[in-house]
Amino acid sequence: MSQDIDSPKPLTQSSTKAFENALLKIEHEHYVFRLFVAGMTPNSQRAVNNVQKICETHLQGRYELEIIDVYQQPIYAKQGQIVAAPTLVKELPLPLRRFIGDLSQTEHLLAGLEIIKKPHQPT
Amino acid sequence: MQNLLKTSTGIKGLDEITHGGLPQGRATLICGSTGCGKTLLAMEFLVRGATQFNEPGVFMCFEEKSEELQQNFLSLGFDLNELVEKNLLTIDHVHLEPSEIEEAGEYDLEGLLIRLGYAIDSLGAKRVVLDTIEALFSGFSNENILRSELRRLFRFLKDKGVTAIVTGEQGERAFTRFGLEEYVADCVIFLNHTVYQQIATRRMRIVKYRGSAHGTNEYPFLIDQQGFSVMPISSLGLDHPASIERIPTGVPRLDTMLGSQGYYRGSSILITGTAGTGKSSLAAHFVNAACARGERCLYFAFEESQNQIIRNMHSIGIDLGQWVELGLLQFQNARATLYGLEMHLVVMHKAIDQFKPDCVVIDPISNLVAAASEIEAKSMLSRMIDYLKMKQITALCTDLTSTSGSSLERTEVNVSSLMDSWLLLQVLEGNGERNRGLYILKSRGMAHSNQVREFILSDEGIQLRDVYIGLGGVLTGSARDNQKAKDQAESLDCQQQIELRQREIERKKMAIEAQILALNTQFEAEKDDLIRLINKEKQRNDTLIMDRLTMAKLKQADKISDPLSPLKNTGRGF
Repeated sequence: MSQDIDSPKPLTQSSTKAFENALLKIEHEHYVFRLFVAGMTPNSQRAVNNVQKICETHLQGRYELEIIDVYQQPIYAKQGQIVAAPTLVKELPLPLRRFIGDLSQTEHLLAGLEIIKKPHQPT
Repeated sequence: MQNLLKTSTGIKGLDEITHGGLPQGRATLICGSTGCGKTLLAMEFLVRGATQFNEPGVFMCFEEKSEELQQNFLSLGFDLNELVEKNLLTIDHVHLEPSEIEEAGEYDLEGLLIRLGYAIDSLGAKRVVLDTIEALFSGFSNENILRSELRRLFRFLKDKGVTAIVTGEQGERAFTRFGLEEYVADCVIFLNHTVYQQIATRRMRIVKYRGSAHGTNEYPFLIDQQGFSVMPISSLGLDHPASIERIPTGVPRLDTMLGSQGYYRGSSILITGTAGTGKSSLAAHFVNAACARGERCLYFAFEESQNQIIRNMHSIGIDLGQWVELGLLQFQNARATLYGLEMHLVVMHKAIDQFKPDCVVIDPISNLVAAASEIEAKSMLSRMIDYLKMKQITALCTDLTSTSGSSLERTEVNVSSLMDSWLLLQVLEGNGERNRGLYILKSRGMAHSNQVREFILSDEGIQLRDVYIGLGGVLTGSARDNQKAKDQAESLDCQQQIELRQREIERKKMAIEAQILALNTQFEAEKDDLIRLINKEKQRNDTLIMDRLTMAKLKQADKISDPLSPLKNTGRGF
């Protein structure tokens, strides 16, 4: 019984710790991206350029980027649940997020990726 | 110019109202409110295409997961897994989670088109379903892009040459919430699920079918274990065949009343009467006779259960149970209020199509009014009767007439004009007893008796007896027997009187004859007297002459005068 009463205390401690750790980790997090494009349309090209630029600027050395042309590998479209093109899927870190469009709205994207913590400050 | 090609849906009834199916190579919009069966109709289109026409299909669902779909359709007897394994079906669940998606720039829906194109090409699909594509509107915020992409999607489908079904949720004012009908302009089918007096009925209507004639009514449809069935019943016309074959009614005396042969095959017979007049019993006789001939009968009972009917008919010496066991008789028992009229009609149609009966009994039709209004009931029945006539099925309907009504010669649902033969069972009340009377109000196309018959339910079944029709009116039951006895007594009395009078006359005749004899005798006597008198006179005359001659001789007269002359004179006086 006495153990039961005591147990919540360490648990809260550990979750707080975990949260703090997580905050710290954000800056060192490893990112895994897949960019699905449909052929080499202007949108696709812009998206590829934009995502590469962002990754190089903000996530240098700690990202993986795979670019998939669903025209050539249509099976990926189903597997990746692709509806719109281009779609950037952030697989890691969780949660999974999808960004659609040519990724020209950089701030929006960065906020969504939680790369910059306060999205409102720059604007 | 070639006619519009159509893709058969394989769905019962739908092909008939669309005159062949959905427009081939084009998209059809199916819209309706929640739970009206859009997904089911769309999926059945694919399943039937795969199983019946060997046309592979792609089902792209935006709302349900493929596992959920598989489970849902298994309960309807569609094994989607099997079709997927046979490469006849692809289910692609398009997962759209608005919270996961962030828009960051310009985009199009090329991904969707590629997925769809890939699915179509990998199967060689001929049929495509998009269920419900409107989900895209909740996944993406830029409506302008969406609309132009949708337009592109439908063009893409057309280019692919697939026959597509697109489903859409019913909007407040338009057919679909997001105006899908704007893109899919070839064929629009509207599904409806209305509740009237707590009874729900599913209906389908073809709003538009470009380039083709189609049925325009709202057709009821049914979703059951076999999937979808639409009843194109309203499209039936009055061109059914008319048989000259006659079938017995099951009551020999009734056959006699109906021109000695009974009903026409394929005709509709109405038996009306107040409660307890023996309508069901008459129907049971008909069924019994039909089954005994080896015909198949379908009995729709809206008031009694199968066992109850069998038990009750045992009491009048009819064993319906044996026919059920032999598979010649089938009961369909349902409360009239169980579902809407249209649904009843659909259920009855289905039962008839499956069982293929020669005779159908609907007992009673008046109960159907409980499920809807009178007008609807009449229209439903007329369609039912048209259908039965077309199939040359003899239909016997009973109808309970309410005693409170003004006239007995009316039916609860005013269907008498639809019927070929109409028997009226009536209670003849009097002398503290109720007796049943049977009339034939009409029987088209045959000579029939205009006499009322007393209708007796005995252990050996129904018996018809002549009623007493005399000075005392129409009498039945014990009153009839009474009257008969009275009549007999009267007739005996009369007979006796006649005999009495006859004897009297005889006597009178004898008396007169005796009188005649007496008068004759008298006359003869008088006549004899007269002759005697004449003879006597003659003798006297002769004697007188003789005497004169003798006298003259004696007197020695010289001349004898004619002795006869004075006598002659006197003789003349005679």
